[in-house]
Amino acid sequence: MTTMTGPTPVTGAVGTAHTRIEGLDKVTGAARYAGDVPYAELAHGWLVLSTIARGRIRSVEADPVLAMPGVLAVLHHGNAPRVNADYTGLLGRPDPTVAVFQHDRVPFAGWPVALVVAETSEQAREAAEALVVHYDEEPHDVAFFAGHPGTYTPEGNPRMQAEAGKGDLEAELTASAVVVDAEYTTPQEHHNPLEPHAAMARWDSGRLEVIDSNQGSTWVAEELANLFSLDPSSVRVRAEHVGGAFGSKGVRPHQVLAVMATTVLHRPVRVVLTRRQLFSLVGYRSPTAQRVRLGADPDGRLRALDHQALNLTSKVHEFVETSAGLGRVMYDADAHHTVNRVVALDVPTPTWMRAPGAAPGSFALECALDELAEKCGVDPIALRARNEPDAGPVSGLPFSSRNVLACFQEGARRFGWADRDPRPGQRRDGRWLIGTGTAAATHPSGVAPSTASVTAEPDGTFTVRITAADVGTGARTALTLIAAEALEVEPERVRVRIADSDFGQAMVAGGSMGTRSWAWAVTSAVRELRELLVLGDGIPPEGITARSNTAEAVGALPMRERHAFGAQFAEVGVDVVTGEVRVRRMLGIFAAGRIVNPLTARSQLVGGMVWGLSMALHEEAARDQASGALVGADLAGYHFAANADVPLIEADWVDDPDDEDPVGGIKGIGEVSIVGVAAAIANAVWHATGVRHRHLPIRPDRVLLAGTATA
Amino acid sequence: MREFGYQRVFDVPGAVTLGADPEARYLGGGTNLVDLMKSGVERPGLLIDVRELPLDRIVPTEGGGLRIGATATNSDLAAHPEVRRRYPALAQAVLAGASGQLRNMATVGGNLLQRTRCAYFTEPAQPCNKRTPGSGCAAVNGEHRNHAILGASEHCVAVHPSDMGVALTAFDAVVTYETADGPGELPLAEFYLPVGDTPHLETALPSGALITGITLPPAPVAANSRYRKVRERASYAFAIGSIAAALDTRDGVVREVRLAFGAVASRPWRARAAERALTGAPATAESFAAAADAELAAAKALPHNGYKVTLLRNLVVAVLTELTEEAAR
Repeated sequence: MTTMTGPTPVTGAVGTAHTRIEGLDKVTGAARYAGDVPYAELAHGWLVLSTIARGRIRSVEADPVLAMPGVLAVLHHGNAPRVNADYTGLLGRPDPTVAVFQHDRVPFAGWPVALVVAETSEQAREAAEALVVHYDEEPHDVAFFAGHPGTYTPEGNPRMQAEAGKGDLEAELTASAVVVDAEYTTPQEHHNPLEPHAAMARWDSGRLEVIDSNQGSTWVAEELANLFSLDPSSVRVRAEHVGGAFGSKGVRPHQVLAVMATTVLHRPVRVVLTRRQLFSLVGYRSPTAQRVRLGADPDGRLRALDHQALNLTSKVHEFVETSAGLGRVMYDADAHHTVNRVVALDVPTPTWMRAPGAAPGSFALECALDELAEKCGVDPIALRARNEPDAGPVSGLPFSSRNVLACFQEGARRFGWADRDPRPGQRRDGRWLIGTGTAAATHPSGVAPSTASVTAEPDGTFTVRITAADVGTGARTALTLIAAEALEVEPERVRVRIADSDFGQAMVAGGSMGTRSWAWAVTSAVRELRELLVLGDGIPPEGITARSNTAEAVGALPMRERHAFGAQFAEVGVDVVTGEVRVRRMLGIFAAGRIVNPLTARSQLVGGMVWGLSMALHEEAARDQASGALVGADLAGYHFAANADVPLIEADWVDDPDDEDPVGGIKGIGEVSIVGVAAAIANAVWHATGVRHRHLPIRPDRVLLAGTATA
Repeated sequence: MREFGYQRVFDVPGAVTLGADPEARYLGGGTNLVDLMKSGVERPGLLIDVRELPLDRIVPTEGGGLRIGATATNSDLAAHPEVRRRYPALAQAVLAGASGQLRNMATVGGNLLQRTRCAYFTEPAQPCNKRTPGSGCAAVNGEHRNHAILGASEHCVAVHPSDMGVALTAFDAVVTYETADGPGELPLAEFYLPVGDTPHLETALPSGALITGITLPPAPVAANSRYRKVRERASYAFAIGSIAAALDTRDGVVREVRLAFGAVASRPWRARAAERALTGAPATAESFAAAADAELAAAKALPHNGYKVTLLRNLVVAVLTELTEEAAR
């Protein structure tokens, strides 16, 4: 197995490092984000959120605020336009949180109760802060814990059953020579993009135009068309540049509010969420409580795997954090049981956050594997090799490609794993106890129907149009390379236009499915175009355009277990006198298909690993039980890894070919790199101290009170 | 955010004349005040920008002390050679705080007057006796992992966030100020008021007073000093426990010791009980631990911050042991 780092083949644009096409615009400030675009007569909306966690709005005292300078309108449940939230969109039924101001119920703290619109943003803000809302408060339940009496097993869906299994679990556990039975928790975590959510809406010649920051402009356009009962062709949504999304940027209250306000006021309206509002309104990762039971023979071969995960959701919408799904891909066992359960509380609805399910689920499962390795006296990597499945452990389907062991081999070689003393608590560097740990990573590599067009221009250039979204990943650049290779031209001759719903339906930038789905549509359109170009001998002024729609091809794709894989390695220092944990180095080796742009791919992989570190040691939202509201919900109070926390991190990849794949073996890489990081770090903390930390984040107070196994 | 006036001042009499307005606030670096204005905790009618006042000098005094102007930036204070030579723990404390960008803006006077980062204080929708007297303290039964174990009351358990102030407290700093009625001074030990049932009254400064500087008396012991800060990430976080320590030993016996704790109380906490227990005692880990216990005997932990007692005890032993070993070399 060789790695693909180093000189790259000159035969194609794909696989060659390329800086971001819009990079200069971004670093010079020329790139305009949704909140930057100026409009004549633009009015500004400022949102008011509920301060109670459950109850009813008794009154909104709008009159005094309407008398304040510049105030144009106060929208609330008593006067807002009606919307229709009874539909099923691209990714399911809408979270009723986006059906703002339709009734007087308050289902959680941070629920939208009013929008103040004014001539300037400052006037809107001052008025919004002055707006008095009276409530009838009711008792709330925001306490999340394993065994909550409201726990239930959701229905699941064809892509992810809530509960799956085979064999006689209890019998295999009883027959196992070695058993691990441990409970793990992860806290509420937030994705807070650098660019907050912002949208401008206006009516233009009978069409609704929205300038947005999102992960899928046709997706948002369809949702808005549904909500406002509009013809889909009369809605145009664009999101030229997006400063981070991570799962949070779908349809959210701010777009709906901007549309409501522009409809009422007949002028363009922009609504920008504040940093604190992001913590309530754009989703988050649910806390989880997980129990893992592993039963094994003395050599570590698994006889039983049981992973039971619980997450919370709101009382208005069900969201399942599929933490237990990982074992269905990673490890086989004679008896296999995995289930994702849910409890509904008086809190905002969680949502997809980078590697939903896999990130918290891998913390529990990959820590449990490490505990099993310790109990069996087997090296953690050897344990994983011993339980490597030939086919999907639950589905029985073949893997399209699975090179997780190659990741471990290459990672172990580079990390120096062979020299590791498996005993915990043996190494010291000054005040720091030193330990190393590892964990596996995986994430589904799906694909969804998309459309694209490619135009051959008279000047010898090509224009690609696809409603992709570049959420900071480098998608625009990756698609340029993919199109250039398919066209067999230099990337400089290819112009890729994205993020405009008028370009037609395409997969969102999410689920590690964007690049793979869009690449298929673009290469299909290029194939069509090349056939057209062969026929003719000249290009007319308007160019020659070919279009593609991959719906049929996607539907015909053979059933396989399709996933990216990886191996995470971490070395930590732990000072048990102060409780501080510092990660000293990290290495991630990934098997993620064909890498399109090594430069941005490495950046994205390292970014995921940094986030995993942040999840392991820092991130945690605090919900005040008395008020039901978050406290410290801003970037001062919500700690994530700062520069000084981030050590030398290396990310690289091994060959991961799939010759049968119609998309040339391209997999998604957006999420796999956060998976397993927290487990690798927790396993390293055990190796340093001899103490298992099963609750994230591994905070100083927890380390201090846990001490070492011997002290 | 309320509309406010902004006035830059160039001399101290002009500043304190404007400062008599109860709606006015002095603006130093603005690194805390502006945040609080954005969140609606502070709503001043007038900001008096004091950064152009001639108060930014750091001058050695006779006998080995220092006079630090109130508008000296944190960066200038930490970089000053006499600070680093005479009071190394002070330079270390300043560098342990915030970020390079913030330290370039933040002033010494403003540092002492910064407000607690208690999440209930900074969220106007929450009850908080410090922000809204009589509204209650949500932290006592809420999120208080980083709240006080010493000197608090049922009315408020917030901690003072300053690192710099901890070192200044250890070295007996004196705050000088100016009012419309003339100058005054306050030892740092008397600068912060007890919490009691008036947590909204934070300092003994007269209304409208402008801090003009800080005087550090000569303290030879401070030359062998250290600041150690523990926080929940490696930088850009407030302490969950910190210590400023200075130690002078001879023949294995403590001649003089200074100890102050951060992030344990509503003010930088001078550990006088520990100092008394240690003075004349053998410079050993056992007596360091006993001294820490003497100080922390008064600690009252809440359900989620009891670890701070262990943390401070550990820090006392670790830092004093390091200072002992280094002095012996």
